[in-house]
Amino acid sequence: MTATSEEPLSGMPIVGSADRPFLSVNDLHVTFPTEDGLVQAVDGVSLSVERGKTLAIVGESGSGKSVTAQAIMGLVNRKSATVTGEIWLDGQELINLPQREVQELMGMEIAMIFQDPMSSLHPFYRIGDQIVEAIRAHRSIGKAAARRETLEMLQHVGIPAAERRIDAYPHQLSGGMRQRVMIAMALINSPQLLIADEPTTALDVTVQAQILELIARLQGEFGTTVILITHDLGIVADVADDVAVMYGGRIVELASTTTLYDLPEMPYTLGLLSSVPRMDQKLPERLDPIRGNPPSPIRLPKGCVFQPRCDYWQRVPGEACLTVRPDLLESDPDHWVRCHLKVEERKQIARDVKQILAGGGE
Amino acid sequence: MFAYLVRRVLLMLMLLFLLSVSVFLLFAILPGDPARLTCGKACTPAIIESNRHRLGLDEPPLTQYVKFVSGIFVGRTFSADSPQPIKCDAPCLGYSFNRQEQVMSLIARSAPVTFFLAIGAFVIWIVVGLALGIFAALNRGRWGDRLIMGISLIGYSMPSFFLGLLLVFFVIIKWQFLPFPAYVAPWENPFQFFQTMLLPWILLATLYAAFYIRLTRNQVLEVLSDDYVRTARAKGLPERTVVVKHALRAGLTPIVTAAGLDLAGLLGGAIISENIFSLPGLGALAISSIIDSDLPLITGITILTAAIIIFANLVVDLLYAVVDPRVRVI
Repeated sequence: MTATSEEPLSGMPIVGSADRPFLSVNDLHVTFPTEDGLVQAVDGVSLSVERGKTLAIVGESGSGKSVTAQAIMGLVNRKSATVTGEIWLDGQELINLPQREVQELMGMEIAMIFQDPMSSLHPFYRIGDQIVEAIRAHRSIGKAAARRETLEMLQHVGIPAAERRIDAYPHQLSGGMRQRVMIAMALINSPQLLIADEPTTALDVTVQAQILELIARLQGEFGTTVILITHDLGIVADVADDVAVMYGGRIVELASTTTLYDLPEMPYTLGLLSSVPRMDQKLPERLDPIRGNPPSPIRLPKGCVFQPRCDYWQRVPGEACLTVRPDLLESDPDHWVRCHLKVEERKQIARDVKQILAGGGE
Repeated sequence: MFAYLVRRVLLMLMLLFLLSVSVFLLFAILPGDPARLTCGKACTPAIIESNRHRLGLDEPPLTQYVKFVSGIFVGRTFSADSPQPIKCDAPCLGYSFNRQEQVMSLIARSAPVTFFLAIGAFVIWIVVGLALGIFAALNRGRWGDRLIMGISLIGYSMPSFFLGLLLVFFVIIKWQFLPFPAYVAPWENPFQFFQTMLLPWILLATLYAAFYIRLTRNQVLEVLSDDYVRTARAKGLPERTVVVKHALRAGLTPIVTAAGLDLAGLLGGAIISENIFSLPGLGALAISSIIDSDLPLITGITILTAAIIIFANLVVDLLYAVVDPRVRVI
């Protein structure tokens, strides 16, 4: 564990509180003890987000993206998991904060939207009451005022006939409406940070775009910082400023969205991008999936965690990919990659693959 | 909601009808001659035939059934053409020729005993079962949880007659903490009533509580990992509100349902407990009616207890609709 932690990460999370970014996560570890052994769900994640920006965290199931989000939110159960590292939000460290103060932040400064809006809303309570509860958990205002505020917010997130729907139960609404309710509930206290954990995964494709637009619009209005957790690279390009790609509990590539889409350097990212169908390009003859399966979090490979699925590891001289965990290193300014391949070689591979993909349809 | 209620009541009436028909068929049409059972060793065909007529068993089954059902609503008279007709007032569930008494009044005498037994045990098992189950769930994996689960496993796997006999042997015979049970109505002698009922309550409550502790613990653990409980936490609500208002509200609803049905089952008679502690309740009455082959009594008790359970089902379902808004839409 110590061998894999990110010592050489100078420069990435800025140390020294004055110009610390709005949110910065430093060497975050989340460990779950299980009967089969320790599970390193998150293994030394460091990242930062500037105020008002959107960071997307992308990865397969089990990559640790959701656990990272829940750790930032303070939702990881400390009885069943160990959380170490630092999470700085607006100059305040969160991991060592007493539970009572974490509670004050949750729903007030940091809010979260979840994947499945049906199961995330309480089936027994009216949606209006659930939002009113969120208001009154943090602000001492009367029920009538809270209800007025709730109604305004419901209208604001685009719920038609909100004055009627405010008294509806979750099961009486459609999936998209429910997710709007979740968004209204998350934003009702104007939080500074919104964590959206796969907010569109459980929704119809037609509704997905609406929900993403809504989040982006509200983000503009409220100046909210957004962390978008997703496995869908297709939606990232439109909404995120920066992208962190996670694999096996670690960040394997971190860059601005344009850089990452333009020239991804980590073979895993490359594989993800080439397995996404693009509407704006000619379809290649076939999509290129990444072969194999994500590694078991209990028995991670000794060397590079992605090596068993990587097409290029033999290009690295020696057996570095089999024996040594690569570090997350800066290949260009603000472009961080965890790979043993030489920078120039990686870039060349990316160019080649892009060319093949672009030419594939002809 | 109103349409739901109407539909449920109609369904209940239909079930009651089918139930009474099948019970009636079972006991009146099956092989074996109830009339033969009504007279002892010195039996002649003539006596059997006259008894058959007095019981109304010489009529076609359909007529018998119609008379039985109409008896429930308007009463009926047995052996009307004989010198000593027997009047049976509405609601008449039949007449026990063995005991020379109306089935309804036999039941009316036993039912309160069973009622007090069931209600007392119910209160104890619900309080103990829910409290310990919730405690175990919230302290999952710690020694308190393991202790409670261990004890409940013992209680759960102990046969009721064995536990009952242990209680009688130690508490009454060996240590003499309590006198031998002798049932009196609570309004006649409250102290003796409680002395008599204490052990039966403990016996029944132990058996059910052991089950309800496990049920409650599982339910609470399940809802605690539900998404909406995570949402409640993410709102920044105090843990107490998260557990009580969000988790328990959803988790305990199905348990209350199960408890309602179990209570209804008990109201039909707790055969073993009543026998061990010589309580003259419905269970004891049912057993002795079977031993005596007292057919009208068996029929009456069976239909009544089944009706209680069907009715309890309706009440529980309606309650569920009040608690869980998702049920109301149907």
